[in-house]
Amino acid sequence: MDYNGGTVLAMAGKNCVVVGSDKRLGVQNLTVSTEFQKVFPVTEKCYIALPGLATDVQTLSELFRLKCNMYKLREEREIEPLTLANMISSTLYGRRFGPYFCEPIIAGLDKNNKPHIYGMDLIGCLNYPDDFTVAGCAEAALFGMCESLWEPDLEPDELFETASQALLSAADRNSLVGWGAVIHTM
Amino acid sequence: MVTRLEQPRGGFNFDNFQRNVSLEQKGIRIPKPIKTGTTIAAIIYKDGVCLGADTRATSGPIVADKNCAKIHYLAPNIYCCGAGTAADTEFTTALISSQLELHRLTTGRQTRLSTARSMLCQMLFKYQGHVSAALIIGGYDVNGPNLYSVMPHGSVDNVPFMTMGSGSLAAMAVFERSWRKDLERQEAIDLVKDAIDAGIFNDLGSGSNVDINVIEKDKVDIYRNYYKPNERAPKEKVYKFKRGTTPILKESIKDILVITEGVEAMDIS
Repeated sequence: MDYNGGTVLAMAGKNCVVVGSDKRLGVQNLTVSTEFQKVFPVTEKCYIALPGLATDVQTLSELFRLKCNMYKLREEREIEPLTLANMISSTLYGRRFGPYFCEPIIAGLDKNNKPHIYGMDLIGCLNYPDDFTVAGCAEAALFGMCESLWEPDLEPDELFETASQALLSAADRNSLVGWGAVIHTM
Repeated sequence: MVTRLEQPRGGFNFDNFQRNVSLEQKGIRIPKPIKTGTTIAAIIYKDGVCLGADTRATSGPIVADKNCAKIHYLAPNIYCCGAGTAADTEFTTALISSQLELHRLTTGRQTRLSTARSMLCQMLFKYQGHVSAALIIGGYDVNGPNLYSVMPHGSVDNVPFMTMGSGSLAAMAVFERSWRKDLERQEAIDLVKDAIDAGIFNDLGSGSNVDINVIEKDKVDIYRNYYKPNERAPKEKVYKFKRGTTPILKESIKDILVITEGVEAMDIS
């Protein structure tokens, strides 16, 4: 988790969710890229954030893209956030004894536009928070920021400010995280 | 790649194992899986069993989940408390409960506790303790109320009261003090609640709320967050930021187009 840096968060608000990440890719203290993608779209209303070892981030993003495309072709509908979370969780648990070093976060709106956020550890233990979930290098700092800044029923642009301030403040206190951030509001 | 996705093989995949060992030898810090760091407790009382659990999940010193559910469903008459690595308790109980459902459909009978117990301990023994799930199975079947504890290596115990997880010592102290044969229903719930409470306050791995499950003949009562000793005080101020606080370097807005297909009802007015 410390090798390439990078951190992500997701927050739920009133009929909306945000998911965001920083943009740095490093090799320990050396910054390699400042435009590294860690949040990947799955459908128009659902995103996966993949913090962790960069090689696994890219392997998993391609694997999940394949699996979601296959789901769409087979079922002739878009995948729902809960279905996606369980698919990712069982994929990771299948590698219980040789895991990918990645702690995914899923954020999205379901078909009734109800907000969903899910977090999990590297072997696929799902948790279903109703407030926020964080993962990656600056996890500890982000937990503190979110715990104090988050409040229930935020409107989309309020939620955007809360999430980005939490992410930027946590990034400022971690040398392996930073170089700007991307936030997706749904 | 596609063919491998189409025909998934059973069991675990070890492809990354050798790579992970060499990464670890190079000194790359490996993220820790979430542990339940738990207090779970259960007792048999006069006409049923009462299961209890705390609701904290930890990864190292960090509380990963403040209100997770550790009492898992196995069958309509059997539930199971899990301690150990959170993903292991979650997935082993889910796997066994699906096998028990199929077993019920073929036999047409109510699942017995000994069936669930044997399936769980055979699976855990097969993995020689590497699947670290410590479980307490409680339920009511043709033999009446029963309690089994299953250790991660696959050993089983049939007991009238049991505690497990990192807070098991605190919880067991309460049971050893107050447990009697043939408790009443409310006495049993109170005793389990006190045992979990002792775990929550005296063990750092356990915390937050108390979940209780009561299983009697033909009746299951699930009390999620039965007791909440750690409720957070409401915030005194609002910490919202003014809109426009965060500088935006680039913004793009995607409109979502909803296409609905189908037959519209004919206007017959």
